[in-house]
Amino acid sequence: MDMEFSPEDLAFQQEVRDFIAENYPAELREKQDEGEEMSKEDFLVWHKILHKKGWIAPAWPVEYGGTGWTPTQRFIWSEETARADCIRLMPFGLAMVGPVIYTFGTPEQKVHFLPRILSGEDWWCQGYSEPGSGSDLASLRTTAVRDGDDYIVNGQKTWTTLAQHADWGFFLVRTDKDAKQQEGISFLLIDMKSPGITVRPIITLGGEHEVNEVWLEDVRVPVANRVYEENKGWTCAKFLLAHERTGIAGVAASKRGIEKVKAIARTEVDGDKPLLANAFFKRKVAELEVDLAALEFTELRSLGGPNAGRGPGPESSLLKIKGSEIQQRLTELSLEAVGHYGAPYFRGFGEGDNEHPIGPDYAHRAAPTYFNMRKTTIYGGSNEIQRNIIAKMVLGL
Amino acid sequence: MDFTYTETQDMIRDTLSRFLSDTYDFETRQKFINSDSGRDPAIWTALAQELGMLGAAFDEDHGGLGGGALENAIVMEELGKVIGIEPYLPTVVIAGGALKAVGGAQADALIPEIIAGNAIIAFAYAEPQGRYDLAILRTTAKKDGAGYVLNGHKGVVYAAPWATHLLVTARTGGGQRDREGVSLFLIDANLPGIVRRDYPTVDGSRASEIYFENVAIPGDALLGGEGTGLPLVEQIVDEATVAVCAEATGVMQKLHEGTLEYTQQRKQFGIPIAKFQVLQHRMVDMFMEVEQARSMTIMGVLKLGLPANERMAAVSAAKAKVARGAKFVGQNAIQTHGGIGITQELAIGHYFKRATLIEAQFGSHDYHMDRYERLVLAD
Repeated sequence: MDMEFSPEDLAFQQEVRDFIAENYPAELREKQDEGEEMSKEDFLVWHKILHKKGWIAPAWPVEYGGTGWTPTQRFIWSEETARADCIRLMPFGLAMVGPVIYTFGTPEQKVHFLPRILSGEDWWCQGYSEPGSGSDLASLRTTAVRDGDDYIVNGQKTWTTLAQHADWGFFLVRTDKDAKQQEGISFLLIDMKSPGITVRPIITLGGEHEVNEVWLEDVRVPVANRVYEENKGWTCAKFLLAHERTGIAGVAASKRGIEKVKAIARTEVDGDKPLLANAFFKRKVAELEVDLAALEFTELRSLGGPNAGRGPGPESSLLKIKGSEIQQRLTELSLEAVGHYGAPYFRGFGEGDNEHPIGPDYAHRAAPTYFNMRKTTIYGGSNEIQRNIIAKMVLGL
Repeated sequence: MDFTYTETQDMIRDTLSRFLSDTYDFETRQKFINSDSGRDPAIWTALAQELGMLGAAFDEDHGGLGGGALENAIVMEELGKVIGIEPYLPTVVIAGGALKAVGGAQADALIPEIIAGNAIIAFAYAEPQGRYDLAILRTTAKKDGAGYVLNGHKGVVYAAPWATHLLVTARTGGGQRDREGVSLFLIDANLPGIVRRDYPTVDGSRASEIYFENVAIPGDALLGGEGTGLPLVEQIVDEATVAVCAEATGVMQKLHEGTLEYTQQRKQFGIPIAKFQVLQHRMVDMFMEVEQARSMTIMGVLKLGLPANERMAAVSAAKAKVARGAKFVGQNAIQTHGGIGITQELAIGHYFKRATLIEAQFGSHDYHMDRYERLVLAD
């Protein structure tokens, strides 16, 4: 057991650092520092740079466009991109539907969709939740009825993240109303430009248009766009949920987040001292660092331990619970740290607007981010659902 | 980067686990901890001579298996699982650690005795006024010819009633709180002038108050430099702290497993109480604390070799987290058991008692958070 990097790993780390330093777009960095909301193009510019380099999908098998990196190299990659505060890549294609397609898809689906996910040509969204089906996902009611070589899809999805940008969506639909709940579901890939699809924004607490309602009215979907067998979509859904949970630990990003909180607390003044000298505030930062170290080493044990390479198991629920709690505490501390200047509502720069927003840059998004990040313990299977999973799958209750 | 155990390490764990499940069941333990001596010396002898376990963390040159901190953690975790009272921590981890660090004739003479099971060494470092600060010492060692004369009072010295030797911290110079002037001595436990008051501890072990009254000790009892011993003491206490984190992991695992088992048998309102979601989620929270204690122990083990400040920060982070976790798991194990949990009858309460004392051993949560902040969070 050791945590040393080999000379090859150190060389790789240097290569990654150099690549980011030379290629990360300065304009994007500036927007991030100002705390502006990101456009579709902002998200895609870094995606395309990484695609060109061949580094867009480190987790994928090499035959489908992965990098073939060792677990240690992937660890270094996520550490370095977080350290450099690189913009988050959208997970819907790369981390979600991509792995489902290369694991369960037909040869034609692989050939058509995977390259377009890698290049960023297709923006994906996830059609899972419904107004009546949140944590109880399997109770979903959107239907797909066979009509020749098509399905006719009817229903409503909700919380569909960034569907306003999406070219394609992966949807869970009911194809057998009489089967037991989880046995009548299929996994469909749906062209978001299909007639009958309506996307309506839902504005969240921070003022962001991040999530949407998606209405499907007599939408025709070719049977060829079903992944895996009819009525076996739940298998894909479970596979995807486990995948979604690993990334959710977000250790590297939270490390970077703590550095940001500390930087704010060294700048903000409390009485005649920096806020970080306040014993109460300092203790909260320290507790967070300690908890993050515990999460980090729990993740390292699962990545580099005897089960490495076997894919995430039910214990990844632990990483989701603790990772999301830490992400929330970070945003709580940032908001607490900025004091009065948590209040001004910054909506991004308007057209031709050069006036600097109120308050220090680091305060602009403190409150919206705090509000927004309440989602982390709700999405991807709420933390209560994760506890149910551990109780059942790990503790055998 | 590698987070797997070697075959030898797996073998150490398996061998010890089998041995302890045969010899250390709860009733047997209760019998010997309540006997006059408070222990069964045959177990220690068997650990040494049948299993070779006391050599797991020593160099092959001294007759050991060539291991180190990770082997110590494996042994301590297994001892934790049976709430073992064997003096492995003071003898092998602490005194053994000090001897490995100083090397030379002292190590050559005593390490083989430890491995053979002949030497039991208690660590006399705490003083009534010092709390967890290792430099706050009133015990003095005054130079006297080639040797020293020791005076002072050491408190709650675990395993002292069984010890053949004592590892003692004392001032050879400096003021009561100075970093300079601290020395470390390894002495015979039965020298004239050593007065002991022995007592049982609440977690099933034995300890002593020790009074040194003009105890004449030889010059070669000094480990390391005279007056410059504090960094060595800090190092071995950090090693010991990680070892009790490992022990805590074993104790917490058993508290959790015991609770899982109990809730599946105990019926109320006609069904096993394990069916209640409020208890399921609590047991998941306990599970997560156990896993994180294991992670923090491994972090501590892997960072023991770093420069002193980084080492101390990592050890403090580990101990702070484990202390909180031990409290959470222990208290919830008792709560979930209900009334039977607060009796002496079930093992669970005895695990809780050990978990409770581990919380503050070598520094409480608050102490370690303070130390962590001083090292890492300078404003």
